[in-house]
Amino acid sequence: MIAEAGHFALVLALALALIQSVVPLWGARRNDNVLMSTADGTAIGQLAFVSLAFGALTAAYVSSDFSVVNVVDNSHSAKPLIYKISGVWGNHEGSMLLWVLILVLVGAAVSLFGGNLPRTLKANVLAVQAWIATAFLLFLLIASNPFARVDPAPFEGKDLNPLLQDPGLAIHPPLLYVGYVGFSVAFSFAVAALIEGRIDAAWARWVRPWTLTAWLFLTLGIAMGSYWAYYELGWGGFWFWDPVENASLMPWLAGTALLHSALVMEKREALKVWTVLLAILTFSLSLLGTFLVRSGVLTSVHAFAVDPMRGLFILIILAVFVGGSLALFALRARDLKQGGLFAPVSREGALVLNNLLLTAATATVLVGTLYPLALEALNGNKISVGAPYFNATFGPLAVALLCAVPFGPLLAWKRGDLVWAVQRLWIAAGLAALAAAAAAFMAGQGSVLAAPVAGLAIFVIVGSFAELVERTALFRVPLGNSLRRASGLPRSAWGGALAHAGLGVALLGIVAATAWSEEHIDMVGKGKPIEIAGRSLTLDDIFLREAPNHQDVVARFAVRKDGLVQTMMEPAKRTFRTRQMTTTEAALATFGFSQLYVSLGEVAPDGSAVAVRAQWKPLVLLIWLGPVLMAFGGMLSLTDRRYRVGAPRPARRAAVAVPAE
Amino acid sequence: MTRKGRRLVLIGVAGVVLAIAMGLVLSALNDTIVFFTGPTQVVEHPPAPGTRLRLGGLVAEGSVLREGANVRFGVTDGSKAVTVNYTGLLPDLFREKQGVVVEGTLAADGTFKADSVLAKHDESYMPKEVADALKANGTWKGPGS
Repeated sequence: MIAEAGHFALVLALALALIQSVVPLWGARRNDNVLMSTADGTAIGQLAFVSLAFGALTAAYVSSDFSVVNVVDNSHSAKPLIYKISGVWGNHEGSMLLWVLILVLVGAAVSLFGGNLPRTLKANVLAVQAWIATAFLLFLLIASNPFARVDPAPFEGKDLNPLLQDPGLAIHPPLLYVGYVGFSVAFSFAVAALIEGRIDAAWARWVRPWTLTAWLFLTLGIAMGSYWAYYELGWGGFWFWDPVENASLMPWLAGTALLHSALVMEKREALKVWTVLLAILTFSLSLLGTFLVRSGVLTSVHAFAVDPMRGLFILIILAVFVGGSLALFALRARDLKQGGLFAPVSREGALVLNNLLLTAATATVLVGTLYPLALEALNGNKISVGAPYFNATFGPLAVALLCAVPFGPLLAWKRGDLVWAVQRLWIAAGLAALAAAAAAFMAGQGSVLAAPVAGLAIFVIVGSFAELVERTALFRVPLGNSLRRASGLPRSAWGGALAHAGLGVALLGIVAATAWSEEHIDMVGKGKPIEIAGRSLTLDDIFLREAPNHQDVVARFAVRKDGLVQTMMEPAKRTFRTRQMTTTEAALATFGFSQLYVSLGEVAPDGSAVAVRAQWKPLVLLIWLGPVLMAFGGMLSLTDRRYRVGAPRPARRAAVAVPAE
Repeated sequence: MTRKGRRLVLIGVAGVVLAIAMGLVLSALNDTIVFFTGPTQVVEHPPAPGTRLRLGGLVAEGSVLREGANVRFGVTDGSKAVTVNYTGLLPDLFREKQGVVVEGTLAADGTFKADSVLAKHDESYMPKEVADALKANGTWKGPGS
């Protein structure tokens, strides 16, 4: 019964979405308040019904209801409760349901927190939001019903893919989806603005918090996915330029550009047309990502769906939304008046450069991701585009962007002074040169490029705070005065500086862990130590360890420095009973920001020795600390009261003006 | 500067950035893409030594030999086989008679020096590339045969 209730709730949500697709739009045309306000009820109603459906599927998973196909295929009664719950979205149908749930959640949030929007704009935005919901609810009901039954019901399920049985999976997809789907709001605002043919600085002020929220969740989601791959796949790599990773990176790059161009639009009323186009492109790339992952066109671990009907359906959704919105853009863009002149060297100019580099970088990733697919479709040639391509294209653009990052905030609006900005950055540049020299001296060999890139990372980290140093007059006035000034600065100034610094922190981690890592691979028996990074690693024992749904072959190692045992490490080979599938469970030992990473290969037939890969990853944790800093900076900016200026009732709305999802 | 002049600067800078990006993409697509082949193609039409390749097929039965950090195995499509040398750990799903994709270069003696070995993570899922190579050779035993 519960499954049927869930299915029925989805149908009701679809009916509401259909109403919301048409009625508010009509109301906005006729300026009819009653028709426009129906959108509020239907938005909340959709959220209620989709939540009900999601709850129903979760209940089926928790109670191991093996009469539901989806539960049979992806669950097992002996699975720990947390993986029964996260298993709800660890499969195609369930993850699409989560996608739709977040979509309607965002729609309801616009309805609830959008009280200060002009009525017609709000009605149009909610209508566009409902178009997206309609498309994806149809997709769920027609091509990916999560509530399909099986008769007769089997006694036991087939278990979840062991790689997905990990706490990382419990949080990675929801974070990523809030990011992906959150950009739908920017898209809906852009399409609504095109429908109305009117756009102003206030539009950017409304769009920015939504975009920022989506962006910070996407940042955390990508970082989480990268860390998950790092420790779970057992290779010690953190980014593989896998098409699925690129699918999340492209909306992130475009979304980052959108954040910055919306800033120009809000402050200076310039770049209107461009901002609208970016909003459309960002969500289009999110849809493209959904298509790439969900259609199974890629040969990749993430593509659990191998069903052409689904692929075609999402491709049609993609074509209709991208094509439709771009056509609307072509028709109406010239109605949007341009304003706000600026000199090439100015804050606006710097942000334009940021946008150019980010979109060019997005384009190179797009080409690298789609080129193999296009080539195979055209002439059947199979090629792979891997890290060398992306290093050669994305790399230089990213370096150029990072060099420019510290300059941007130091340039004034309208007309900036580059010489003055350079003078403010000489300390950062000096520290960067020192760091590069030190890195080159200490590392000795390794990549020639590594030392300058490490210097660039330091330049970005230190340079990001140059604006704050300037605004607090640090070292020029007594420290107390500076502190008082610092506390008076808007939080978005701190947020921006932290987010930029996070970029440098991540870069430092990437270059250190890539260029200065050590690796030892060997067949190891007892009493034959591996020497790595000034430590020695000796095999202590090989033994079996039992758990309810898997069995581990564990190799215990002692890590010694100067003869003293620092820590024990227990990498393992884990075999899951139901699927008879083996995974590598790497062992990680953390020393400061650096990690020792040990994974096992095959065990010798007599059990006396085991193939081991030991890797030393200097500063590797910075790779993920950087994005956390960026997201924290984003959060800090979201709480800035300047985002709330322009709201008609700032005092009362203060607590809720920030979207809460 | 006039409005027109400023716009020209903007368009100029945009053009330069786009041209650089395009140049990077085109040169990278020339140098860095890797073609996928099967054992038969490698044996019958060997590419120039040093060319990067992706080789797909099944791990030949009884061919896996480990010496310390090095491992040697054969990749076959049923008719021809290529010997692969690899330094490192084999992936969890690496088995004899299972699908595998290796990436690396062909040595002058006709053996393959791999720097990465991929076995797909879902065992019911044969890499599409391998499946096509096997189908072309008539040794495909999966669905759709």
